[in-house]
Amino acid sequence: MKPAPFVHHAPRTVEEAVEVLARVGHDGKVLAGGQSLIPILNMRLASPAHLVDVNAVSGLDDLTVTADAVRVGALVRHARLEHDQVVYGASPLLRRVVRHVAHPVIRNRGTTVGSIVHADPAGEMPAVLALTGGVVEVASARGAREIPCHDFFLGPMETALEPDELAVGVRFPLFGATTGTAFAERARRHGDYALAGVAAAVAVEDGVVSSARLSFVSVTDVPGILDVTEACRGQAPGEIDWSACDDLVREHLAPEDDIHATAEYRAMLATQLAHLVLAEAATDAVAAQGDSAA
Amino acid sequence: MSEPVPEVLLDVTVTVNDVPRHARVPARRLLSDFLRHDVGLTGTHVGCEHGVCGACTVLVDGAPVRSCLMFAVTAQAHRVATVEGLGTVEAMGPVQQAFTECHGLQCGFCTPGFVTTVTAYLEDHPDPTADEAREAISGNLCRCTGYQNIVKSVLRAAEIKAEASASEGPAAGSTA
Amino acid sequence: MTTQMFGAPIRRREDPRLVTGGGRYLDDLGRGALAAAFVRSPHAHAKVVDIDVTDALDVDGLVAIYTHEDLPGRVGEPLPLLIPHPTLTHGRTQYALAKDEVNHVGEPVVMVVARDRYLAEDACARIRVDYQPLPPVVGLEAARTGDLLVHEDVPGNVAAHMLQEVGDVEAALAASPHVLDLDLAIERSACMPLEGKGVYARWDADRDELRIYSSTQTSTGVRAAVAAKLGMPLAKVECIAPDVGGGFGVKINHPWPEEVLVPWVAKTLGTEVKWVEDRREHFISSAHERGQLQQVRVGFDDDGRLLALDVRFWHDNGAYTPYGIIVPIITSTQLLGPYKPGAYRCEFWSLYTNTVLVTPYRGAGRPQGCFAMERTMDAIADELGLDRTEVRARNFILPADMPYDHGLLFQDGRPLKYDSGDFPATLEKLKALVGWDDFAQYRMEAEAAGRRVGLGIGCYVEGTGVGPYEGGHIQVETSGRVNVSTGLTSQGQGHETAFAQVVAQELGVPIEDVFVTTGDTRRMPYAVGTFASRAAVMSGNAIALAARQVRAKALRIAADALEVAADDLEIVDGVVRVKGAPDTQMSLGTVSVMSNPLRYAFDEAAQAATQFAHGNDPDRPPVAEDDEPGLEGRDFYSPTQATFANGMHAAIVETDPVTAEIRILRYCVVHDCGPMINPMIVEGQVHGGVAQGVGGALYERMVYDESGQLLNASFMDFLMPYASEVPHIETDHLETPSPLNPLGIKGAGEAGCIPVSAVIASAISDAEGFAITSMPISPVELWELRRRHEAGEIPSLRNHDATTRKPR
Repeated sequence: MKPAPFVHHAPRTVEEAVEVLARVGHDGKVLAGGQSLIPILNMRLASPAHLVDVNAVSGLDDLTVTADAVRVGALVRHARLEHDQVVYGASPLLRRVVRHVAHPVIRNRGTTVGSIVHADPAGEMPAVLALTGGVVEVASARGAREIPCHDFFLGPMETALEPDELAVGVRFPLFGATTGTAFAERARRHGDYALAGVAAAVAVEDGVVSSARLSFVSVTDVPGILDVTEACRGQAPGEIDWSACDDLVREHLAPEDDIHATAEYRAMLATQLAHLVLAEAATDAVAAQGDSAA
Repeated sequence: MSEPVPEVLLDVTVTVNDVPRHARVPARRLLSDFLRHDVGLTGTHVGCEHGVCGACTVLVDGAPVRSCLMFAVTAQAHRVATVEGLGTVEAMGPVQQAFTECHGLQCGFCTPGFVTTVTAYLEDHPDPTADEAREAISGNLCRCTGYQNIVKSVLRAAEIKAEASASEGPAAGSTA
Repeated sequence: MTTQMFGAPIRRREDPRLVTGGGRYLDDLGRGALAAAFVRSPHAHAKVVDIDVTDALDVDGLVAIYTHEDLPGRVGEPLPLLIPHPTLTHGRTQYALAKDEVNHVGEPVVMVVARDRYLAEDACARIRVDYQPLPPVVGLEAARTGDLLVHEDVPGNVAAHMLQEVGDVEAALAASPHVLDLDLAIERSACMPLEGKGVYARWDADRDELRIYSSTQTSTGVRAAVAAKLGMPLAKVECIAPDVGGGFGVKINHPWPEEVLVPWVAKTLGTEVKWVEDRREHFISSAHERGQLQQVRVGFDDDGRLLALDVRFWHDNGAYTPYGIIVPIITSTQLLGPYKPGAYRCEFWSLYTNTVLVTPYRGAGRPQGCFAMERTMDAIADELGLDRTEVRARNFILPADMPYDHGLLFQDGRPLKYDSGDFPATLEKLKALVGWDDFAQYRMEAEAAGRRVGLGIGCYVEGTGVGPYEGGHIQVETSGRVNVSTGLTSQGQGHETAFAQVVAQELGVPIEDVFVTTGDTRRMPYAVGTFASRAAVMSGNAIALAARQVRAKALRIAADALEVAADDLEIVDGVVRVKGAPDTQMSLGTVSVMSNPLRYAFDEAAQAATQFAHGNDPDRPPVAEDDEPGLEGRDFYSPTQATFANGMHAAIVETDPVTAEIRILRYCVVHDCGPMINPMIVEGQVHGGVAQGVGGALYERMVYDESGQLLNASFMDFLMPYASEVPHIETDHLETPSPLNPLGIKGAGEAGCIPVSAVIASAISDAEGFAITSMPISPVELWELRRRHEAGEIPSLRNHDATTRKPR
């Protein structure tokens, strides 16, 4: 299990990187954290002729919080996102989710942008990008562009990124003060890819739910938002029977059988987890408002 | 039949256990192989080469990383520490000492990965509970011990570290 | 007094080296060696039509490429069938490189040697092999029908068919007031040591000698097999097992294809060659175990006493049978556990499939046998509404019945005769440890809180320490250093420590002075290997016997020198001294000096042994006729039969009422392996065994698709437990000595994993109210079973409420 030979490129700037990608993009791969890519290379399931190693590119490791978003540069490791207190203050959901990405040692090296670009339906971070309505910032020799997440994910392991393009960062928009969030997943082993995972954002205004949205891990082809507001709008969080959302959830899911679980089981699990995270997110919303009131 | 074309070799220098180590290697040389076969530090073990088992875990700028999922060429910008850098038979580090006290290893193949992981963990979590210790080692596979004595070793290592820092601290000897 | 060493939980002497990166495992050796890699079959069953290596010749650093037609003489013949058996009528073994046909995905077809492993893999990737695919036989059901064959000349895919019967089972069944039938299944798992296999061979052209290092459980076995294959004198081949990163059985099979090919290439090229198995290779070309389908028919009386036990099972032996039918033989005999079965009949078929071959994995057929027996015990208890421990107790072989001969032949070709054990006492300890009698109350409280819990139990007996023999050699240097050697190998069992404890105890020396070497044919050429929980029993006793020889010789020499009777001497802390007059003494090192009459003094101490140093008796030769120079001893231990350890486990599990997730809340072990040399090490063995058992019960399986592809050949998808999946294990011990060996000990290595699937199945059945009959079990499967149970397809336990649900 050794990778096939490749030409290593180590650009120092984004300009250099996209210039290389313009030349070799079709035969090349971008290497950032490498925690998904290198296993594939080691097993020779892929053998790109060129590897564009962006680890030395300056300006890609910014992690910033603005008034309306958390911006994560392409070289920000999961662990940094997880532990940054300012990020947590602005968006507790990011920490709640990123903790479920593999194991801590993998998070020390793996990048959040990388896992989004990888577009694995079993990835947690794509689901968060979807739930927050995030944006992928892209550079290429042809110019920069921004791709909203609903246009970004095209299918399992497939994105709108062109071979000559480099994802330089993503923005996770912040929720308003009335919105609470939660995430849960279940895996066969701690740290494994989830059998199913669900992220929730629930807004509570004047003591009742005004909006409730979900996104899913491992049970849909591409991450997207499921709006379940109609099943709970206007109800007080403590009194909601979240199973009212079940039909909407089941309709949204496209789980598949694999060696770890049947599609049916995954659907059941996702439904159950949806109840859990909706309730938690609603509680979170109420608690957050309590805090700010106090 | 064409003549064999030699692969391009790069001059790679990685700082390992505070010593710059140089070798001419291809870009695809994994850090794990660089450490083991080019530098000759064979304490870092290779158990799966797909990042799951954790036997190859080394510290990169103090943080545990799978050396089978990093190329040596990428590691040049960083300080790498291996199990050999964490103590010697004569002067074992606290984690190493704890593993020997608590029977935290059997065949010893996975052990270097645990030692590096736990060393980094205790820097940030000096006083873990048994449950936290168990969670801390849950990204490394061991096929021999059933983990129970590794959990014990983590707790014991925390104690040893605490004892050491207490005896080094300003209060040490003050009551004598 | 010398510190009591036997029985002390002392720290392991190998550990400081291993925790600081100083271990020397196979791939840590031979830094300059050429690297081997293999082209392996991507098909489960195919004819090899053509091999084209042209494109690979372009790879820089390529040294050689070999296919079967390059292999000379015996190197090109099938690998040996290690353990023939009369019922193994159709034993088949593979070629080191496939000849015309491949029989599982992963079978080696082409060997590549290059400057390093990266380049060797580059060349492998460029070699084109044309196959003509044949329909594969995957799974026991497919093998059993015999519609398709793995080997054309093996009808019905039956490698072996064996039947043992004690008593008249048909008659006993006919006379039984109650008869139950069980259909059971266990899936494959694998040893999966963290270090895979590996071979490194060095040809010494100056001496025409071959040195082999192998990550093996038997260096003497590899040495003999390679010498035979290469047609070399044994004297010109040596084999060393370096530090080995776990074995668990897979490294006892030998020679693996690579263990023949790498030494052969080293000799052929006159250089050093190394092959280190990678994880994917380990999954698809080492060995698996466990897969069986079982049918049990049991007859019993109104009290739950066994009257007749009729077992039939089908064992998946994979594509080849190099290790014979040891695994199913063990299942068929050790199934009986601590019980008297009444009339017993066991019939099995060992079947070929187009999958990775099957050789022993820790427990070696016992987990399957224990599963069959313990599921049967639970079924009887349920049928009669009796407590599950009560049914077991009523069937126990009692201490007064020992030795107890089952009338069957065991895996070593010798009678299955239990030597000792106190099963009722073991059970009582277990019940106390887990709180068996309080569980009903606990369950009521849990149910009141909406939780679903269950209690399970499993009992086993393990034949350990099988022959034929092991040896021990001890030599005391003039410095007082004690060199100990035994030929079997170590894979983490702490032999450097445990054997040193035996020597320290027997010889009366400080343990710091004792240095143990294992698995090196230069130091001990006579040995068998490490398997069947035999190392402590076999080598421990051989070393103890050798130590007693050394001790006797030391006392004799010292008695002469000190002019006292040998009986008046003792050895304490490495000093021979007169009992009651400790000032009259000499060190063991000095005794060593005196044991070796010298002409030349190599140091100051040696002067005492030179020819003019002291007076001598002109009528006696310096070395007596019946003596040898040196303070040394060598002895062998060869038992008439195995010694039988036993244990009982209990677990409390919780199953999620909605998602069917399964959590082990408590896991309790009572274990009896006789007196423990080092309880800390025994405890560690138990922990590790239980963890592997938990893996086999809840997480691990080998998932083959219909075409014979192993779908989960990685650590991502083969779910070996992390710390987060293994429960804290609570242990208690009995120490019932074995009457069979000088130290009175029994083996402990495999015990922990034997009953775990039985225990977890028992506990889940208890939680759910219907019987679990197939292991491993995942949440998904339990969830499906619940639906089938609710649909009436799976019957409820009859007396679920009556047994463990009512508080007493």
